[in-house]
Amino acid sequence: MTKRQMWLRFTAHLDGQLSLGVGLLLLTSLLILFSASDGNWARVGGQTLNILVAFTGLWVVANLPLHYLMRTALPIYALGMVLLVGVALFGDISHGARRWLNLGVATIQPSELMKIGVPLMMAWYFEKHEATLTWKNYLMATCLLIVPVGLIARQPDLGTALLITASGFYVLFLAGLSWRIIGGLFVAALASAPLLWTTLHDYQKHRIEMLFDPSQDALGKGYHTIQGMIAVGSGGIVGKGYMDGTQTHLDFLPERTTDFIFAVYSEEFGLIGNVILLAMYGFVIYRGFTITAGASTYFTRLMAGSITLTFATYAFVNMGMVSGILPVVGVPLPLISYGGTSMVTLLLGFGMLMSIETHQKLNKS
Amino acid sequence: MKRSVELKNHLREIFHFRLRLAVGFAFALTLLLIVLLRLVYLQTVRHNYYQTLAESNRISIVPIVPGRGLIVDRNGIEMAHNYSGYTLEITPSKVMDLDVTLNSLGELISITAKDKKRFKKLMAENHDLGSVMIRNRLSDEEVARFAAQQYRFAGVEIKARLLRDYPYGDKAAHLLGFIGRINENDVAQLEEKELDGNYRGSDYIGKTGLEQSYETELHGVAGIEQVEVDSAGRAVRLLSRTAPVSGNTLVLSIDAKLQEIAEQAFGDYRGALVAIDPANGEVLAFVSRPGFDPTLFIDGIDAQSWEELNTSPDHPLINRALRGQYPSGSTIKPFMALAGLNYGTRNPARTISDPGYFTLPGSSHQYRDWKAGGHGTVDLFKSIVVSCDTYYYGLATEMGIDNIFNFLSRFGFGKKTGIDLQDESSGLLPSAAWKMKRYKQIWYPGDTVSVGIGQGYSLVTPLQLAAATATIANNGVAHIPHLVKEIRSAGSNAARLVNNDVGVDLKLNPEHLSLVQSAMAAVTQPGGTAVAASAGAPYHIAGKTGTAQVVAMKQGEKYDASKIDERHRDHAWFMAFAPAEQPKIAIVVLAENGGHGGGTAAPIARKVFDYYLLGKLPTPLKAPLEEKEGAHD
Repeated sequence: MTKRQMWLRFTAHLDGQLSLGVGLLLLTSLLILFSASDGNWARVGGQTLNILVAFTGLWVVANLPLHYLMRTALPIYALGMVLLVGVALFGDISHGARRWLNLGVATIQPSELMKIGVPLMMAWYFEKHEATLTWKNYLMATCLLIVPVGLIARQPDLGTALLITASGFYVLFLAGLSWRIIGGLFVAALASAPLLWTTLHDYQKHRIEMLFDPSQDALGKGYHTIQGMIAVGSGGIVGKGYMDGTQTHLDFLPERTTDFIFAVYSEEFGLIGNVILLAMYGFVIYRGFTITAGASTYFTRLMAGSITLTFATYAFVNMGMVSGILPVVGVPLPLISYGGTSMVTLLLGFGMLMSIETHQKLNKS
Repeated sequence: MKRSVELKNHLREIFHFRLRLAVGFAFALTLLLIVLLRLVYLQTVRHNYYQTLAESNRISIVPIVPGRGLIVDRNGIEMAHNYSGYTLEITPSKVMDLDVTLNSLGELISITAKDKKRFKKLMAENHDLGSVMIRNRLSDEEVARFAAQQYRFAGVEIKARLLRDYPYGDKAAHLLGFIGRINENDVAQLEEKELDGNYRGSDYIGKTGLEQSYETELHGVAGIEQVEVDSAGRAVRLLSRTAPVSGNTLVLSIDAKLQEIAEQAFGDYRGALVAIDPANGEVLAFVSRPGFDPTLFIDGIDAQSWEELNTSPDHPLINRALRGQYPSGSTIKPFMALAGLNYGTRNPARTISDPGYFTLPGSSHQYRDWKAGGHGTVDLFKSIVVSCDTYYYGLATEMGIDNIFNFLSRFGFGKKTGIDLQDESSGLLPSAAWKMKRYKQIWYPGDTVSVGIGQGYSLVTPLQLAAATATIANNGVAHIPHLVKEIRSAGSNAARLVNNDVGVDLKLNPEHLSLVQSAMAAVTQPGGTAVAASAGAPYHIAGKTGTAQVVAMKQGEKYDASKIDERHRDHAWFMAFAPAEQPKIAIVVLAENGGHGGGTAAPIARKVFDYYLLGKLPTPLKAPLEEKEGAHD
């Protein structure tokens, strides 16, 4: 094989537009991480490694034929459930939450696996019963969603639980859940909010209270939100310049390489930088939708749509919390925040999108 | 057929899915749009607001405490100064376990129970989360020892600070006063005067004495540093700096050496001494005994020392010169004599015959002279020399309380002198109106009799009497006594005179004055009550002794010092100026429970005269002088 052939073989199942959008966001991640970590090359190197590992996963998944993908649904979901139950029984407690499972060789967070596992399982389930869909199937699918979400919410990990709920809901929505039921659910959610409030942990309540008035505890729980908003607001239109953010470099911003990295970006690159960032996200989302629109099977349509919408939700929740319109729920900025687990989950999702796109093309041709 | 239905269904399905997908896409775009609108709002509309917040996060205004002004004596000798010393300070919020830290610090550096108590007290007052002092005045060795082990003590650090020191210790404590930590009261007062800005960062403020009355001069103007800080408050870089302006130097009229000699001259006696330059009111020595160690108060006195000072029967914290109010006793006689001459109640030639007592017309009550059997024939001159009580009983009675009040008021009795110290007492010059107001009683002739010899209701402070003595010495021109001669600014050394008082001429008849002055000069000559005090002096002292009764004698009872509890013995007074012909210094000495003025108070004054006029240092003082039997004024 010539080099060109090798390259073609390598890129055969990679989608060009999606790769471009995701690649730009990843470059942005390395750029802003360098500033957020005060010029720490180790942090940038670590993230590069995360990206390489995650990209390997993406490449493998992208090259998997669709029926393989479908076949993984049940095992992944089952494994995820076993691990979640394991966490509930034997998990390590850190920061007051039981989220991690120590397997001896590595500590893993099974809830991350379920970000893929739940929509995959639901899409697979709908595909199975495509011909004879009744309300019972929707109810069953909902159960597939609620059980793991309940376990995750109990850990407690509200951020992940909400994101998985969203991804599952998107599957239900795209699978044709009746508008009346959606409307009913919406009303029921509003009605049950006060009830839900009583089941929340104190720190979760606090975060929500902080959203409405961060200043009531400016040095405590409200500190994150206030400092984040100060960083964003003081960035102005053109920003303070790369490596020149005072909130960032004088250590006022908490968690600035992870959940609050968007504040660093906003402070240094300003509104202009934000518009560019939103455009990059918009482009990736747009490409996700075109892939979804062209997906040939029920399963792939549901899966691709859910991945794309979840990605958009992901970005919205993080930017919303940093800019002070959502409570601080501990969701990283997709593709930008430092961290291996979310990077792998996200790129696996994009790998599926690419697989859906490229294997169809091959089928057609 | 079936296939077409399926196909149709399939197309419908695709259509429905695409519709839902479009809704989903619109939803995703809406999410991004919401974020965008929020960002536009934060970064344009609210930009200035958050810019300000970011700046105030970043920039910290750090006050720079100015160096406190020095206090020097008239010859430039430092009486209060600053030295840069090291303190060991703990930031409680950065220390995990205070007790453990204190214990291991104690193994390295001596930390006494007093230090710990003070630390607890300071910590309770510490509101700004800053560091709290655990030890002051670290030795170089202690600094080195701690520096080597500092890594073990997070939140503990050594700080270089300017510390106040009073080299004269207890010998000028009442004069200089002391500084102490700013408390809530001080803060309230500073806020009221709108001076709190200048005290940001200051820990100390003048609490008593000159440190208090000249606080605004001594404090200086705080400087400001704008520093960029990180979230932990650590300074990252300096943005701008306005240098502080050190406090002004107070140049006192006090002669430090004279002050020291005067303090020492008291030996174990309690009492007060005020020495004044009669020509201008400059106070040369200002003594209240016993003194105390002013440095105890700087960082908050510990409970035990406070208890000791406060409950001591010697009352070392009372400024007797300024606030002690005593019956003037016979030291009032020269003023009464001037009053008698002034109102024509007496003329110099007129004599009385002193049987040893005085009776009011129509009364059998005997007002006794201190000398049983009396002084025989007494004129005005002799009445001062021998301190004849009977003469003044009659004089006062004839003159009447109104005249006495009016005349003595002119010498400043019953009023604050206006010296540059706070909380001066005004003494008490009684009058008929005062008695009516105070006791709702009319003034009896008997009241006037007692006032004639400085007993009864009348009270004076040593400072008042010294100022009045200086007025006699200065031929009737009164000056307001003052301690600060001039104020020098630290930078330019430009001097500013504090006092431009030209004096108030009391318009006394010069003949009357010179008669009283020469009678006072005779007091220290053979036949006078203070002859011993001037023995061997190459200059003349004009003076007057006095005895202030502490407990009243019953009719017919004889005063016998040896039979009376020491603290109930009479207070001894001596007022004097020298040289008598051309006075350069006027002195008042009060020796509490000293008994006889000539025996205890006058020798103290003599030592001060000798040094001031001759530069002669006193020979070491012997144990408190015993009164001679029967010696009285």
